[in-house]
Amino acid sequence: MKQRNFLRLLALALVAALMLPTLAACGEEEEMVVRYLNFKPEIADKYEKLAKLYEEKTGIKVVVETAANNTYEQTLAAKMATKEAPTLFQINGPRGYAAWKDYCADLSGTELYRHLNDPDMAVKDGARVVGIPYVVEGYGIIYNTALTDKYFALPDRQKEINAMDEVQSFSALKTVVEDMQKHKKALGIDGVFASTSLKAGEDWRWQTHLLNIPLSYEFTESKVNLSDQNALRTIDFTHADRYRNIFDLYLNNGVTDRKLAGSKTVVDSMAEFALERCVMVQNGNWAWSQIKDVSGNKVKADNLRFLPIYTGIPGEEKQGLAIGTENYYAINSQATEEQQKAAADFAYWMYSDPQAKRLVVEELGLIAPFDTFTSQETPNDPLARQVAAWMKKEGVTTIPWHFTLFPSMRFKEDFGASLLKYAQGGKTWDAVVKDMKAGWERESAQSR
Amino acid sequence: MNKHFGRWFPVFVLPTLVAFCIAFLVPFGMGVWLSFHRFTTIQNTHFVGWENYVRAFTEDDGFLGALTFSALFTLVCLVVVNVLSFVLALALTRPGRGTTLLRGVFFMPNLIGGIVLGYVFSLLVNGLLGFFGVDITFSATYGFWGLVSLNVWQLTGYMMIIYIAGLQNVPGELLEAAAMDGAGGWTTLWRVKIPLVMPAITICTFLTLTNSFKLFDQNLALTAGAPERQTQMLALDIYNTFYGRIGWQGVGQAKAVLFFLLVAALAGVQLFLTRRQEVDA
Repeated sequence: MKQRNFLRLLALALVAALMLPTLAACGEEEEMVVRYLNFKPEIADKYEKLAKLYEEKTGIKVVVETAANNTYEQTLAAKMATKEAPTLFQINGPRGYAAWKDYCADLSGTELYRHLNDPDMAVKDGARVVGIPYVVEGYGIIYNTALTDKYFALPDRQKEINAMDEVQSFSALKTVVEDMQKHKKALGIDGVFASTSLKAGEDWRWQTHLLNIPLSYEFTESKVNLSDQNALRTIDFTHADRYRNIFDLYLNNGVTDRKLAGSKTVVDSMAEFALERCVMVQNGNWAWSQIKDVSGNKVKADNLRFLPIYTGIPGEEKQGLAIGTENYYAINSQATEEQQKAAADFAYWMYSDPQAKRLVVEELGLIAPFDTFTSQETPNDPLARQVAAWMKKEGVTTIPWHFTLFPSMRFKEDFGASLLKYAQGGKTWDAVVKDMKAGWERESAQSR
Repeated sequence: MNKHFGRWFPVFVLPTLVAFCIAFLVPFGMGVWLSFHRFTTIQNTHFVGWENYVRAFTEDDGFLGALTFSALFTLVCLVVVNVLSFVLALALTRPGRGTTLLRGVFFMPNLIGGIVLGYVFSLLVNGLLGFFGVDITFSATYGFWGLVSLNVWQLTGYMMIIYIAGLQNVPGELLEAAAMDGAGGWTTLWRVKIPLVMPAITICTFLTLTNSFKLFDQNLALTAGAPERQTQMLALDIYNTFYGRIGWQGVGQAKAVLFFLLVAALAGVQLFLTRRQEVDA
């Protein structure tokens, strides 16, 4: 008897538990809202500001939700399964699109797409436009002119290269860096490059950004059709030795002994740079906030410059910074027509309304790739201005962000782990290359 | 009494039961269901049968390695944690000054979160290995022992408290009787104390076993699998499968179900074995 009662109660409880979400949803009225799932926690409050402004102006409510650092995919997967699914969200490129295919609406008819500077930057699926980039970012080797000037003023330095402007190839870079490393005492630094952070989860500057340089050349040379997932199932890594060139240069002329790179983080590297313990660091324009917030920061905003990442590939004299994005707006195709339109309207408003544009430039600090922005409307941080200047530089070819085509997180993590072993001396370079190619193939085959 | 119990049973139990269903039974059921599907979100699923389970063993390269590593880790922790905490409990139940303070000190590591502890240990271990010009990412052996020492440090205090409670429950007259019969310290320990604290041993081995097997935060913060996923435990492997690879969510889910079955089976066997040894005073 008691047993049966308990079972009945358990059944009741189960039913109650299952009903709860449905019951909660009953009380709600269909109301026009835009739900945006934001990717960057550091600027969440600024999005709130934009949302409030939009509501004041149009009466349409915008709910901004933010995923915590590095959890966007998880949060999106969880939110998509609820009644309050985001109508405006982000994908990180073609591979991100592959995962969210069923949720990406066609954006080819939207105003935002019409105003995109370069329509080729959008993520496309045949004739459909599924992701619109809303920011461009750039990375390269950031250097501190206070220290390079000090170096070039040394009497006993090498005399081959006499100014940073003359550094336009890997061999020139190597000459300067290795000589600078010899004079580190005189310069008061611990090494030319900041630590090569190879701790797991902190290695994206090498397994993603740096790897993009040789692979980007490879894609261009082989003229592979990048929108064809099948064409990308294998990789040759033709410029593997060039990757090794620059990677060795970082490791052998860094603040940290190459064997100890495995315990260094990006924050460590940026702190070394900010405290003038090193001259150069590979990173992007987003790093400015990290540099300036280091307590005891010595680097002056006016002394920051970018250098393209030279690796020794023929023709690299004309190479620019790596500029692109992994931030694309997508609109939830499973939302109602009206909701989709509301989301598109809000997105366009952010990048066209004068007041909103000011917020985007000044507070979000985005370099927006739309023709609604004039050249004066660029953010006021030194690295972003450098990137903008490099974009406009004559006779320089920008390296696109092809790493959005890398097969999976797993591929990148495995390559990073491989690099660490190589740095420690536990793995030959040939083995690194072999594993990288095998990993690419394996992960590409399995992303179905 | 029984009548009252029956009438009031729903009032007291139903809220908890509903909460238990929402937070445990329903998600668990959905999890098992999802392990037979290919999916990105839980609304959009395609039934694939046993495919995910097959892929977990055939296509995946990390699962068996993680399983072996976890098993070895658990075995070592099980022995070290329990022996150490029992010795500490014996020492701290003897009359003496400062025992209360020491109990508190040993218990404290348990109050620190796993991620924080992982980072603290990575500083310590790397600082130590730094003298030899290496760090924890150099070899899986370093990672293994780093993790063992972390886990032992964290769990020992907790288990010690349970053993202390058990030892204090050993009736004084039994110990006196044993002493009068001429039993020495060693005999008393093996013939009287240990049989009587068997329930505590059951609990402690159970907790050590499941905690060590399910270790995640510490693993993530201390080694994150380095070098080359060789120190990746089951929970971390499941997490990385689920979130790190496109189209692998179902496989991650299947692994999680297998993981549950494994932990449940091991814990069941262990409970059965240690329970048999329990005696009444």
